[in-house]
Amino acid sequence: MIANYGYKDGSGEYYISIDTDKCIGCLAERACLAACPKQMFEIITDDYDDEVAWIKKPNCRTLAYDCSECKPAGGYSSLPCITACTPGAIKHSW
Amino acid sequence: MITAGIDMGSRSVKVVLLEELKVDGAPALKYGVKKVHIMMPGDLDQDVAADKAYDDALTAAGLKRGDIKAVFATGAGRKQVGFATEGITEMTAGAKGAVFMYPQARTVVDVGAEEGRGMKTDAEGRAIDFAGNEKCAAGAGSFAEAMSRALQMTLKEFGDASLKSDKTIPMNAQCTVFAESEVVSLIHASTPKNDIAKAVLDAVASRVCAMVRRVGIEGEVVLIGGMVHNAGFVQSLKASMGVDTISLPDMPEYISALGCALIAAERQH
Repeated sequence: MIANYGYKDGSGEYYISIDTDKCIGCLAERACLAACPKQMFEIITDDYDDEVAWIKKPNCRTLAYDCSECKPAGGYSSLPCITACTPGAIKHSW
Repeated sequence: MITAGIDMGSRSVKVVLLEELKVDGAPALKYGVKKVHIMMPGDLDQDVAADKAYDDALTAAGLKRGDIKAVFATGAGRKQVGFATEGITEMTAGAKGAVFMYPQARTVVDVGAEEGRGMKTDAEGRAIDFAGNEKCAAGAGSFAEAMSRALQMTLKEFGDASLKSDKTIPMNAQCTVFAESEVVSLIHASTPKNDIAKAVLDAVASRVCAMVRRVGIEGEVVLIGGMVHNAGFVQSLKASMGVDTISLPDMPEYISALGCALIAAERQH
């Protein structure tokens, strides 16, 4: 399942997509949890009893601001969460 | 075996009691809806409202709590349903219920009072892709309701009025608060009510459509949730999504509760 967490507003579309098929049985030892400086990722048991990562609810409404320090203007050349997720489950829409 | 699905929405509580039927010679299990019940909580706390709605549904069906094998809850307030055996997300419940009603459905659009969402589903009714809007109410029913009040119309009149307009007036604001001020400006500019109604519903539809496009539109499209009752919105959504047909269940507000009851039944085997 591709789970899209986020929103669209007047300034753009801000979604983090998590491919749960790649996330289940994580090969990166849940590195996303530590990689995100805002600690936005959390491991939950989904409706199909699989342990997967999701974005904490309060962050889903503020992604544009929460992620800004990791974007190129913040000095990063690649996003820490995407780099940490070696199975390639995490994508940003912006 | 009877299971219950409770959809604890932001405006109303929906209860579906589902009975598993034994049909000789049938290749798969059959289910029949035993009772549906909807309740507006009003001033009641969510946990009290859930209790009352559930008890009312059981009374209407002539059942007791002990007759129910499992109770699954969904919706924004699902955590308040203390007696529920398990909580299910709106995406999983909605997809399951929609595919039960329309087996060919692969795209499910759910527009309720406070939130809209789009899901892509497989043949078993399992959500395989979903997108919602966690931030903004401008793509949901309460926005349409607030705007109908501003035009001093009932929701039904509001939807019907929109169908009488062929004008396209863009609403540029992405936020409910600013959109409301745009509506006030249109009223002051003596714009006909029909055109304003269509502009509002077009705006809601375009926001919902943006979410659905994230997951992709394929197969039969089913719209569930209370906004199905708004004919103007359905028309606007069709135009926005570029589809000729959208399947509309008879009792759209119960589909998520139905999905919940179905999942509860399946998990008892």
